[in-house]
Amino acid sequence: MAIAQREPALERLPWTSVLHDWVTTVDHKKIGIMYFLMAVVFLVIGGAEALVMRFQLLRPESKAVSANAFNQMMTMHGTTMIFFAAMPILAGVANYIVPLQIGARDMAFPRLNALGLWVTLFGGILAYFSFATGGAPAIGWFAYAPLTEHTFARGPATDFWILGLLVSGVGSVSGAINLVTTVLTLRCPGMTLRQIPLYTWMAFWANVQILFALPTLTAALTMLLFDRVLGAHFFDAQAGGSPYLWQHLFWFFGHPEVYIIVLPAFGMVSDVIPVFSRKVIFGYEFVAASTVAIAFISFGVWAHHMFAVGMSRTADIFFGAMSLVIAIPTGIKTFNWLATVYGGRWRMAAPMLFSLGFLSMFVIGGLTGIILAVVPLDYQLTDSYFVVGHFHWVIIGGTLMGLFAGVYYWYPKVTGRMYSERLARWQFWLFLIGFLLTFGPMHISGMLGMPRRIYTYPVDRGWALWNQVSSLGALIQAPSYLIFVWNLLISLKNGAPAGDDPWDAWTLEWATTSPPPSYNFERIPIVRSRRPLWDLKHPDDPDWNYE
Amino acid sequence: MAVSVRRDSDEFTLSSDNLVALSPVKVGMLTFLGSEAAFFGTLIMTYVYFLRQTIHGEPNPSQVFRLPTVLAASACLFSSSATIYMAEKALRRNSRQTFLGWWGLTIVLGVLFLLGTMLEWNDLIGRWGLTISRNLFGSTYFTLVGFHALHVTIGVIVMSIVFGLAWRRQITERNETGVEVVSWYWHFVDGVWAVVFTLVYVVGR
Repeated sequence: MAIAQREPALERLPWTSVLHDWVTTVDHKKIGIMYFLMAVVFLVIGGAEALVMRFQLLRPESKAVSANAFNQMMTMHGTTMIFFAAMPILAGVANYIVPLQIGARDMAFPRLNALGLWVTLFGGILAYFSFATGGAPAIGWFAYAPLTEHTFARGPATDFWILGLLVSGVGSVSGAINLVTTVLTLRCPGMTLRQIPLYTWMAFWANVQILFALPTLTAALTMLLFDRVLGAHFFDAQAGGSPYLWQHLFWFFGHPEVYIIVLPAFGMVSDVIPVFSRKVIFGYEFVAASTVAIAFISFGVWAHHMFAVGMSRTADIFFGAMSLVIAIPTGIKTFNWLATVYGGRWRMAAPMLFSLGFLSMFVIGGLTGIILAVVPLDYQLTDSYFVVGHFHWVIIGGTLMGLFAGVYYWYPKVTGRMYSERLARWQFWLFLIGFLLTFGPMHISGMLGMPRRIYTYPVDRGWALWNQVSSLGALIQAPSYLIFVWNLLISLKNGAPAGDDPWDAWTLEWATTSPPPSYNFERIPIVRSRRPLWDLKHPDDPDWNYE
Repeated sequence: MAVSVRRDSDEFTLSSDNLVALSPVKVGMLTFLGSEAAFFGTLIMTYVYFLRQTIHGEPNPSQVFRLPTVLAASACLFSSSATIYMAEKALRRNSRQTFLGWWGLTIVLGVLFLLGTMLEWNDLIGRWGLTISRNLFGSTYFTLVGFHALHVTIGVIVMSIVFGLAWRRQITERNETGVEVVSWYWHFVDGVWAVVFTLVYVVGR
């Protein structure tokens, strides 16, 4: 109780004390917010880099941006979005929400948690420091050898890029250790593994994937650093090294990474859809088990990024088949979400709007993924704009759409204020239309033969129209992100007070105040079903009678 | 284990099934070691991947390795798993002197292993001119064995800290689990060496 009395007083302290409080905090909620803010800054930077590329590709034979500058933008756009936007933003939400959902007072290792945040931020700064050395690396985000060897990547930019990713990797792994341990050991009394809220469950499995996928990248980056700094020969073909090995190692990390950033978004819509359809999730067990299946199978599909390299026929068939297999648990989830939506009493607030957007867009992205998993088709489409269209469709239409749903869902909990529904709708439609216009035509220009990663293209290929539509789409998308940020900021002041449980939801984070006190729960709750808050609200008809 | 819980008018029993009793420190160490296993797994697979080339290089494994040094060093490391186990047993019996003895011996064995590595590297670099940049064998060998040696070094440092704490009678029931997970780390480093030893000095010659 002493803590509760001290907290309001904090706001009247001078700004230096407030800053000191945030910088030295080990509270999972403050750390989560800082992860989020850091990621939003990088999201805007990465988005600006994308706009530079779309500006250059607006016209054929454009001279607006040099080839080298274009390659730098392309490298930093991919690196930033994956490592410094998507991963930290998901780490931030997980940090904030997971302990609340499982009825814990903090993460298992609060200091390690703070370390993870600052180390991730430091990694981002290191990677961007490469600009100060005379230009960012121009190697692409997956940094294929031999482009990364000294001959082709002179100067220290690539070294800073490697160091940045190594350092932020330490942050990601420490965060994953923390989250996995928290979910396994700090659940409130009564909450069995089979009663974990689906968001927490999926964030948990994404972090299990981080534990085993990221060290491979760390090892590969270390070897690359040794190649560049100590003169080792891992990826140096002239001395017997193997550029091909880099591809294997990178994608052994890189493909689980796709699921690392999409599983938490799956989890967010799995929590949002039931609440906004006023129904229990359809087939909890299947949604939960398919998550585990995805987590495991995702470690067996990496070489589908490498069909065109010329692997053996056996390898082609195996990885093609596995890539089709992983569509099954993903499809199971889709049908579960649809069955939950079906026949529900919908409440079309922003979280539901974005969840439905997620459902429809992610299905399309998944289908183009199945096309790419078919080896002969992949031979034709690989490294074309079709691939660019595909993965932006799943990452933006999947991860980002789901993330927006989650952010609007939990914004009232985090701030104690409601966001502006009107601004959220503007954002949704601008975002959706811009998204469709940007990435839809990429499939067509790809099928027309436009390779990815080219800084310009000739007039006579028939690609110009599709590129112009893409650039127009980017122009429509851009303000939607600004509206999003504006909405989050302005609602801090103008939003109506949210109350503890504005959505009439069922999981534990809504059982405490908005925003929650630093100790989260006055009394640690005791749980007997998957919807503890429903049980509390309806003592006459608790869930445990049906589970 | 069963605990009765009263909440409002409703009473139910928490069985051991739904009462979570895992220790965060232990689970944290296990997950950390899991990610370490993935890290070493990558280095080991890389070593295997290049083996077909490295055994034909100049210099190559069968030329340069002097088994007596390696065997002696490995014997030190392998036996240190036994000594740390004895130390742990002593800790559970609360006999501080025995604990300090076995724990100290473990540190000494770890240092001896590192000395062995030092002698070997001295030989490789000085006599054979084998460095990380000499050829692919040098690159893979020094990276794999070097990262293992780094982990042994970290282990020795952490164990020395624990030794200091025990010396000053600051190992209590509250932080005993910490000592236990340090020993897990040490067993892990030992286990990695079993794989590296087999791969580098037995299979890979």
